[in-house]
Amino acid sequence: MSELTPPTPPPVDPGAEPPAGPAVGRDEWVAREGERRAARHPWIGTVEGRLRRVPWWAWLTLFVAAGALMPAFESSGYVRLVAFETVIYMVLALGLNLIVGWAGLLDLGYIAYFGVGSYVYAIFDSPKFGFHVPTIVLIPAATIIGALVGLCVGLPSRRLSGDYLAIMTLFFLELFETVATNGNQIFGHNITGGSFGISNVSPLSFFGHRLAVEHQGIFAVSYYYIAIVMFVIIFVTLRFANLSRTGRAWRSLREDTLAAEVMGMPVNWLKLLSFATGAGVAALAGTVTTALNASVYPLNFSPVVMITIYAMVILGGIGSQWGAVLGAILISVLLQVLQNPGQARALFYLGVIVGVIAMFRFSLRLAAVVAATAVFGVVVHAVAASYHHSWVDGAHGGVAGVLGDWVVVPVQLAPWVGQVAYLLLLIGMLCVTQLRGWLRIVALPPTLYLAGFVWENLMIPNPGPARYIILGLLLIVLMIVRPNGLLGERRVEIT
Amino acid sequence: MQFFIQLTLDGLTVGSVYALVALGYTLIYGVLKLLNFAHGDVFMVGSFIGYGVLQALGGASDPMVPVWLLLLLVTGAAMVGCSVLGVVIERFAYRPLRDAPRIAPLISALGVSFFLANSMQLLFGAQQFNYASYNLSGGALYFRGFDLDGVHVPLLRIITIGAAVVLMVILWFLVNHTRTGKAMRATSFDREAASMLGIDIDHVIVFTFVLGSALAGAAGVMFALRVPTFAAVGFTTGLKGFTAAVIGGIGSIPGAMVGGILLGCAESYTAGYWTTAWSDLVVFTILILFMIFRPRGLFGRVDIRKV
Repeated sequence: MSELTPPTPPPVDPGAEPPAGPAVGRDEWVAREGERRAARHPWIGTVEGRLRRVPWWAWLTLFVAAGALMPAFESSGYVRLVAFETVIYMVLALGLNLIVGWAGLLDLGYIAYFGVGSYVYAIFDSPKFGFHVPTIVLIPAATIIGALVGLCVGLPSRRLSGDYLAIMTLFFLELFETVATNGNQIFGHNITGGSFGISNVSPLSFFGHRLAVEHQGIFAVSYYYIAIVMFVIIFVTLRFANLSRTGRAWRSLREDTLAAEVMGMPVNWLKLLSFATGAGVAALAGTVTTALNASVYPLNFSPVVMITIYAMVILGGIGSQWGAVLGAILISVLLQVLQNPGQARALFYLGVIVGVIAMFRFSLRLAAVVAATAVFGVVVHAVAASYHHSWVDGAHGGVAGVLGDWVVVPVQLAPWVGQVAYLLLLIGMLCVTQLRGWLRIVALPPTLYLAGFVWENLMIPNPGPARYIILGLLLIVLMIVRPNGLLGERRVEIT
Repeated sequence: MQFFIQLTLDGLTVGSVYALVALGYTLIYGVLKLLNFAHGDVFMVGSFIGYGVLQALGGASDPMVPVWLLLLLVTGAAMVGCSVLGVVIERFAYRPLRDAPRIAPLISALGVSFFLANSMQLLFGAQQFNYASYNLSGGALYFRGFDLDGVHVPLLRIITIGAAVVLMVILWFLVNHTRTGKAMRATSFDREAASMLGIDIDHVIVFTFVLGSALAGAAGVMFALRVPTFAAVGFTTGLKGFTAAVIGGIGSIPGAMVGGILLGCAESYTAGYWTTAWSDLVVFTILILFMIFRPRGLFGRVDIRKV
């Protein structure tokens, strides 16, 4: 018996972190995924590890402080308004992240709750029916009404799963739009004002003090601060919700509903709770937005807005709060940048350069592709210019310097040229993804040139569809290349 | 009574379009268990291809070929074009995600739908494109036809409904009486088991997308023969086609046909007896009620979940 020695502990690297205590409910292999990643890139791993130890509230304070100081440096009303919209998008993305990212329910009707909040605010604080409910009562009331609507939409979720739930919520959104658009003739009563919506909505007012929407003709910055306060409240509340028992239950629901049910979790109740909470967040965002816009239209709540918010959550990383915030900022800025020809142009060429570098790293092949693309463009441009000068004169003032000798921008572009170029570009892009080795390098320059041509001639003059084309592409590419988004945790599955 | 017959006729025409779209949803859902949100936009692209071919052949009022050949060419081109589109979508947007969590291909499908609708708007603008089918062979397709209890039934309507029926019969034959159809049914029953038995799953899925998208293309032309088409039409029509598929029971081919006709008639009666503004409301309410009370639809089979 005395020969039984206690097992010797494995040799410990003196520099290594002491192993954390056993994390309940986490597989060890999964838990060590981060360490293994760090081992591959020692330097990045160290920085990542240090950053991870900064508590979340410190990040939040830093972020909010930066956001709150923004108006001190930026006096443009336009930029401040965009910042306000971005904060609203962040709140919406946080709410959607709760439903999709944590509870794992695909709710395609999310933007309808935003609409519910907006309409409730507009109806009860505007001259339309003469109601003027004090803001301090109306905002919580609208939030609760939104949450109740979310609860009702969630009710069928006890019987439906996955795709069926997605489509049902999408139909709820369509239903909401139909009701809002035709709400001026509900049995002879005009409730929602139809497609003209409700206008002259009163601004927010606290204790008899009205917060003007504009200050000397530009966006009143007080709304920006209200939005930030709202964001902080939502962020912290959801953070704690996620850390709580309910939050863990939601995540277990997402991973495996059946297993969660077998473990005795009130699955239906959890689903309803996530629907209602997310809907309440969206409704809350709707009230402040409506107060600022002083009007509400059915078109504000179309599936287009829905997909924009999805793109935010997915780009940032499904399930990550900071991801939702980052995604909202990036997409919101992207949508604004694409509307400005100069910025859109800069963004495009920057994106192409970064993309090509990422594809080849710094190598001979990169140099070959860049040189070939440049020569290809110059040759095409020279040929076009020698044919007729109107073929290359369309870019007066728009395309600067060297680019002006590279990309062909005709004065008048025949529609079929644009259509054929677009189709060829799509075919080229699809081919490039399939080809390997030298074939890819040969296929790239014409494709890149076509991309430049399409961007200059089609996308920049039509920012409306162009920005949504990019969002659509972003969704497809993200799902294939990086489904965990920028900040989302990679799903590690053991099979 | 005349009004009723008129409405029924309308409902049947619209319904046959919905049924064709619904068949595409059902086929793809059956094999891939994927809700192909982009299907409605494939339908829209089909109607645009048809318009392009029609204009290339001289337009409806002065075509270069006889009317029957014109209709055949327009429909054929739309079907072929949509098949190619469907295969490309499957290859590039869905195949890389076949083993990903269920939510991934759904979001990718949303992206494809968004991309297609906005691409068409970028290239062709947001205006409506009218086939001007009333000009076909000097309007004869509208004047001719037969009377039903005092209601004039134009020839074009009969051709549309007839063509839809013929396509459905061909589809039914393909699925039930060919080797590939058998492979499709096996794949839809259990993909893994089918692949173990030597069925080439990729081949089956591509074939399914060819079939479904071709039907969508034909539906696009039939739709645009009746009313003008535009870039945003795909989303709503796609939703209605999906509703039809759910009513009939997803995965069931006769269900999709019945669902489409029922939905078309319901919409037509609402528009006729009540108001057009609320006909969408009726459609969506029907769907939500079906979702809540009978998610497997009229003819769907019950999925038993084994643990």
